[in-house]
Amino acid sequence: MYGVTIMAEAMLDTILKVEDLAVHFPVGGRLFGGGHKVVHAVDGVDLELKRGECLGLVGESGCGKSTLALSILGLQAPTRGRIIIDGQPISGDAKDRMDRARMTQMVFQDPYSSLNPRQTVRTTLEAPLRLHGITTKSEIDDRIADMLRRVGLRPDVAKRYPHEFSGGQRQRIGIARALILKPQIVILDEPVSALDVSIRAQIINLLLELKETFGLSYIMISHDLGVVEHMSDRVAVMYLGRIVESGGWETIFSSPGHPYTRVLIEAIPDPFRNRQGNKITGEIPNPLNPPAGCGFNPRCPEARDLCRVPPGPDLKEVGTDHFVRCCRNNELPAWEPHAS
Amino acid sequence: MSAPPLLEVRDLQISLAVGNTLFHAVENVSLTIEKGETLGLVGESGCGKSITALALIGLLRPPLIITGGEIRFDGRDIRALPSREMRKLRGNRISMIFQEPMTALNPLSPVGRQIAEMFVLHRGATWNEAEKLAIEALARVRVPAPDRRVKDYPHQMSGGMRQRVMIAIALACSPDLLLADEPTTALDVTVQAEILDLIRELSSAQGTAVLMISHDLGLIANMCRRVGVMYAGHIVEERAAEDIFRSPSHPYTNGLVASLPLLGARARHGRKRLQEIEGVVPPVSAFPNGCRFNPRCHMATEICRTEEPGATMLERGGLVRCHHHG
Repeated sequence: MYGVTIMAEAMLDTILKVEDLAVHFPVGGRLFGGGHKVVHAVDGVDLELKRGECLGLVGESGCGKSTLALSILGLQAPTRGRIIIDGQPISGDAKDRMDRARMTQMVFQDPYSSLNPRQTVRTTLEAPLRLHGITTKSEIDDRIADMLRRVGLRPDVAKRYPHEFSGGQRQRIGIARALILKPQIVILDEPVSALDVSIRAQIINLLLELKETFGLSYIMISHDLGVVEHMSDRVAVMYLGRIVESGGWETIFSSPGHPYTRVLIEAIPDPFRNRQGNKITGEIPNPLNPPAGCGFNPRCPEARDLCRVPPGPDLKEVGTDHFVRCCRNNELPAWEPHAS
Repeated sequence: MSAPPLLEVRDLQISLAVGNTLFHAVENVSLTIEKGETLGLVGESGCGKSITALALIGLLRPPLIITGGEIRFDGRDIRALPSREMRKLRGNRISMIFQEPMTALNPLSPVGRQIAEMFVLHRGATWNEAEKLAIEALARVRVPAPDRRVKDYPHQMSGGMRQRVMIAIALACSPDLLLADEPTTALDVTVQAEILDLIRELSSAQGTAVLMISHDLGLIANMCRRVGVMYAGHIVEERAAEDIFRSPSHPYTNGLVASLPLLGARARHGRKRLQEIEGVVPPVSAFPNGCRFNPRCHMATEICRTEEPGATMLERGGLVRCHHHG
């Protein structure tokens, strides 16, 4: 009995669970099969998102973070693994897709290309409501006006077209579109990186406010570690389709355990320090032909022979709620935190 | 008398011609770069930093025109140079790295040929000699297997590799001045760190002065000794890099520094609401009168709306353009 209560509590707490998710794309290949290779875009990812939490997802372009996000939204069918939202495993059929749209929504990086230039703000915000059975004009009007106010816009802007807005205002419209169906999970894909520097703080503050107001859970994809540290409760670092480190934000930023995480933190130009520590050379390997053993070994400043032995390291718990995928985790030199 | 600075820009004015109206996209911009020095220019999109760089290398095209001021490179007035003379300077003594290497490189020509062209045009080398020099140039920017990659077309390379090719082209003739316009904005942070190192190393080895342009205040402060902050076509503050973060003088710089979620801030002070700068960056057709920052400035008073602030020298060195600087 005791075990059952624990499980029930855990279920309540966890709004999203990703189990051993893999997304493989066949590429090349000839007309009648054969000769094709497989890109392991996402390769066995386990994730857990707690209710009300912001999970920062970090990694370089091509590491699979966007594919992972699309799978969670149900827009990319997984090759293997399960995605469980609020206790319900998701599948691909149409009824399920409609339900999922009410649960999970996305805010895109580029507020210029992600809004239909031929639609007024009202049309953009109205479509999801109508699709989901809200058809009374007065109710639609109320919902739209209310949502626009919540994102810091005047309700009368609903008549206007996207080109009449600045980048920051467009991103507010993008946020309103994501929230209009009252979802519980919002995936933020680089939500501020396309915005002017002086506008970013406005959007970051707004996102944190909305998270409190609506009790939202976020998965935020970002390469700006300053933003990730500011917004996240937990952080997961991805490399070549796998999670290489995850943990609470304080753990990740104060004692990163994976050499890749350390390199990412060191790579941020620090205005108060001229010399940077660990450097890596080279670029993310071709996912068609990943290196043997640990995927990071060709670029890793700490790599030894054992790192090149297949199948490569597993994700190990190295501290409370702190997971690292590294063969040499116990032997790495202590991390010297960012001095300022 | 000391030698004149490598580059001296005085009261540069660049205008955007729309019909019969001229909008002053850049105004009162003055810059000095000494030999071998790195100057940073930081600002948001539309502040005029890129067109300032294009003006310096003589690549500004209508509807953007230089309508005032002086650009002296090595004592010579660039604006007065005939285009044939300018072509001799460009790529040879002044060169430029652009933000997006995919659009700046010629997609129909192998990268080796695009580098070799520099030696043929400016050094009188034959194509055969130039190809060998191109391989050396690729090796200097640390492209692996340069003798093979020299035959690659730009689309066969990754973003980081393409940007290395751009740097190889720009530094081929050991220029005196390198203009780097957002050289790493399109790249991942780890690749950015490598490219910045490369620019830093090669420019200091060759004694090349660099004008580094970026919207990233942290990057600029890290790469440069002196920093100019641009807003809506004006340089609002120019300081030593270490002062700009520790004691910014202009309300805009101050606001920017306070609005950045800097790495480590949350661990030290807890999560504070980020300070916002109200409003939006004005388009060039609607730059306000007086101080161009006044509609977004919390310190603005009547004088800010009517009178353009002049440059005030600061005690610790540098200058600021603000009626209420503190």
